[in-house]
Order: sequence, then C-alpha cells, then structure tokens
Amino acid sequence: MHMADASLSPAVGGALWAVSAGLLAHCARRVRQTLDDTQVPLMGVIGAFIFTAQMINFSIPATGSSGHLGGGLILAILLGPHAAFVTLASVLTVQALFFADGGLLALGCNIFNLGFFPAFVAYPLIFRPILGQARGGVRLWAGSVLAAVIGLQLGAFGVVLETTLSGLSDLPFRSFVLLMQPIHLAIGVAEGVATVAVVSVVQRTRPASLAVTKASPLVALNTGRAVAGFLIAAVVIGGGMSWFASTRPDGLEWAMDKIRGSEAPARLNEGVHMRLANVQERIAFLPDYDFPAHPTAAASEPARWPLVSAGTTVSGLVGGLIVLVLAGLAGYGLRRRQTAV
Amino acid sequence: MGFGHDADVGRMDELGRLDSPVHRLDARVKALSTIAFLVTVMSFPKYEVSALLPFVLYPVTLMAVGGIPPSCLFRKLLVAAPFALAVGIFNPLLDRQSVAILGAHTLSGGWLSLASIAVRFILTVSTALTLVACTGIHRLCAGLEQLGAPQVFTIQLELLYRYLFVIVGEGARMRRAAELRSAGRGALRLRTVGPLVGNLLLRAMDRAQRVYQAMNARGFDGRVRVLGTTALRAGDLAFLAGWIAFFAVARSVNIARGLGAFVTGNGL
Repeated sequence: MHMADASLSPAVGGALWAVSAGLLAHCARRVRQTLDDTQVPLMGVIGAFIFTAQMINFSIPATGSSGHLGGGLILAILLGPHAAFVTLASVLTVQALFFADGGLLALGCNIFNLGFFPAFVAYPLIFRPILGQARGGVRLWAGSVLAAVIGLQLGAFGVVLETTLSGLSDLPFRSFVLLMQPIHLAIGVAEGVATVAVVSVVQRTRPASLAVTKASPLVALNTGRAVAGFLIAAVVIGGGMSWFASTRPDGLEWAMDKIRGSEAPARLNEGVHMRLANVQERIAFLPDYDFPAHPTAAASEPARWPLVSAGTTVSGLVGGLIVLVLAGLAGYGLRRRQTAV
Repeated sequence: MGFGHDADVGRMDELGRLDSPVHRLDARVKALSTIAFLVTVMSFPKYEVSALLPFVLYPVTLMAVGGIPPSCLFRKLLVAAPFALAVGIFNPLLDRQSVAILGAHTLSGGWLSLASIAVRFILTVSTALTLVACTGIHRLCAGLEQLGAPQVFTIQLELLYRYLFVIVGEGARMRRAAELRSAGRGALRLRTVGPLVGNLLLRAMDRAQRVYQAMNARGFDGRVRVLGTTALRAGDLAFLAGWIAFFAVARSVNIARGLGAFVTGNGL
C-alpha cells in the first residue's frame, strides 16, 4: 500500500506532507508530555520490531497467498495512539529512505494512510470500545479484526483518492476503488488475526508488559467515547457498503469501449470528479503550476494536447539519448577524478 | 518487504559513513536540494518524458562524487519498481489518444504517460537512496532537527535505526529456526507465526530495557548528541544555489529536445 513519488503530483504530495507533519508535531508534543523518557527507547525497539515482523510471512489459509503484519494497529495497542503514530512515521521513513519503499514526497501520504487511520480512527473508535473491559476472547478477536479491516479500508481509499487527485494514472476512480477495497478487505482480516496472535502471546506470557505505558489500551474507557465510536463505525461501514452496492463493475467494460473507440468516454462520477477538482484547486500550493490533465478535462477538450510533429519527437529522442550519454560520461569522469586525487 | 534486507541496511550504513565532498556537505543543504529536485520532477505534465531526462544529472553527480556504486542502488530500484508502476500499468489501455508521430508509427498518450511515470520513478527513487547513501542516518537526523523536525521524532528515528540491526538479526535467526523445523513448507502457518512474533516482541522489549539501563548509566538524558554539527559554509550554499538554478532552467527549457534539434537540424 506504499505510494510512490512517481504517481503523485506535488500539490497532493505537499498537502499530505503538511497534514502529516502537523500530526507528527502534535503527537511528538503529546509523547513528550505524557511519557517519561523510558518510553523513548521502547518506541525505538518496537518500531524496529514492527519492521522485522513485516519480514516474517505467513500463509493465508485457503487462498494460497501469504501476508504479514502491517503494524499500525498493534503499535497503537502497545504504545497508545500518539506514540504509535510517531513510531509508524519513523518506520515508514526508514523504509522510504533505505529500501525505496514509497518515496520522499509520497512519505506524507504514506504516513497519513498507514498511520493516521489505525492510530486515530481504528484503535480509539473501534478497537477500544469493542474490547471494553475484556482482556481477551471474542471481544479481542472482534475488536482487532474489525479495527484492522476498517483501518486498512480507509487507508486504501486514501491511496485511491490521492492517486486520482494527482491525475497521473488513467485508472478511473471507480475501477480503482473496486480494485483496491476488496484486496484490502482480505489483508485487513489477516492483519487483525495476526494482531490477536501477537497480543495474546504477550498477554499469556507477560501480562505486565502490556501495562508498560500509561496509554495502555487494556484499561477502562468511558462509555461516551464508546458510543461515539460505534456511531462512527456504523457510518463508515454503511458508507463502505453503499460504495460497493452502488457501483456496478463496469470499469472494465468502460475501458474496453474506450479501447475499441466505439463510444466517447463516459463521464464517470462526474459529480465526484468535479468536487475533487474543486478540492484540488483549493489545496494547490503552487498556483501557477501546470496541472496534469484531469480525466474529465481530457474528455471535454480532446485537443488540449496538440499533435506533435515527427520532427519534435525525433529531436526529443535524439536529445534525450545525448543527455543520458553526457550524464553517464560526467559521472564516469567525476569518479575517475575522485579516485585519482 | 522481502527477506534479506538486513544485509542491505548494513550496506547503506557503510556507504553513509564514507568520506567524500558530498558526504561533507551540510545535511540540510542536501535535504533541501533533494526536495527541490523532487518537486520539480513531479511538477512536469503527465505526458512529459524528454524534458525529465536532464534531471538524471543530479543523482549521477552525487553518486559519482560520493563514491556510491550504482549497482547497489539499482537492485533496490528493481525491487521497488512493480509497486510504483502498478498505478500506470493500465494507462496504455485506457488512453489511446495519439500524441506523437514517429515515422509510420503513432504513439498513444497512455504509453507516453506510462513512460513518464517510469522515468519519474527512476529519478525520484535513485535520488532519495543517493541522499541517504551519501549522508548517513546520524547526519540526516541532525539535519532534520536543525530544520525543525520534532526532537521526539528524530530520536525515534535514530533509535529505531540502531535497534534495527539487532532485532532484524534476532528475527532472522528465529525465522530460520522455525523454517528448519517445518520441513521446507515455505510460508509459515499463522499458528507458528503468532507465538514467533510475540516472542520476538518480548525479547525486543527485554533488550530495550537493558539498553536503556546502559544508556542511563552513561548519562542519557533524552537527547542524542551528534559530534561536529556543522555550520553552513559558502560551499554548501553554492551547492544549493547551483542545483536549484539548474532545476529552474531544466524546468523551463526542454534541454534534451533543444540538443536534439541542434544535432538533427530540426528547427523548433
């Protein structure tokens, strides 16, 4: 679910960077206030643990595929939402910097999609109300699986929105939603089950460990929050279901029509696209920046991209080749000089 | 996430500790010029390919001067490619509008935008990896903090990084042991993985406790001190100004097409 720089526009990437940086600053302040400095090394270790646990794949029964722990929910359970968000942000940063998993400008999107939803929606509004006073059993199962599923559904929807707003991918919004949400349903169930497995091992072997932090999840919580949580969960599930209910799987048919050229591209989700376009205009932080053509814009004015003459195409190709050769030579030359010195 | 990353982290760490003119540059300057690079590359319109190519000069120069072997980054690039290209892979099917003519062939917009996404991917990922390989995590964290990142976050990043080697090694040992006992059945069953990961967590927390006590004994007060935090020098500012000027020129003029037109004699 890690997004890459290549599919993002700077407006979307920058906006999500700002949002994630703000959240991070807020969480860092809260961590400072509520946790003593014993927690700081613990957060480092648990971050490294999540990183490592993601390398251990397990088979998903009856599907022939395998999955691994995602980590957002389990971090929130172990550390509380604020420390979990900081920790997950650091895990994603290391993944982006050292493994090319996601990109630097996409980091804001990734932190938001994979960190915000599990830590500030799934954990406090779904996991905790369902778990209640219980310490395990059905409530732990239900809470973990539902929280993981909803957290991932929201994250996957975030990916779809951010990609569509960026306008570099031609995947229609509806097809993309239909591609992403069901896949992440399965992944969410696996993540929930894995979370239960890990939490129960810790509970069984060392119950005291789960009370390490003051923000420990396995403490009493007030009912007002629980009610709010159920309400929001209901809205989310209702909203999610209606998404599935209202969308006919016509994305592929639409694509085939377009390939055959038998009909002008249907304007899918015109309302949604219009609204997204408005949002995009409002969040644009580089006003005179050249935006990629919007799907609807491209449909309404097909002549926007002029037919380029063969001459310019050839010039572009030849010039590009020259640039690459020159850059390679420059690199080689700089390197030789460096070793010679 | 594949397996075998542990060796890779070590490699990046070694590269980050090298000494070269690029490594000696101020981390803030490198971070800022890299952000300028990324924003400029991403700001090109959807169908642009040739104008993106001159930007390859930035990572190539940093790699060459910093002594970073390209093969090391290339492998990571290959691993990450499928994820990045997934969003553009349908473009050739969905966007059939012809945008360029090359002899008898016409090129559809979808292929062009897919090529553009691929070029963007190569540029942005190789640059991000190069930045880390010629800065190192400690200098990077110090730079981030000087740029105003919250201290809790930079300490978290630094500690995560330090523990990574320890816990990845621990996890690799446990996984190997479990696999040896499961007679080569490939992926482990969840029944095995739950306790495995749970125990890894417990071991990690124990380790954190011991490490924390050791840090306390050495006077840890919640801050990680970095030796030799640098002040900005003239060379740093020249580096930043030079690259930003280059990005601005390459953003407004299609250098590649200009060169091509010059060589082939095609007027623009």
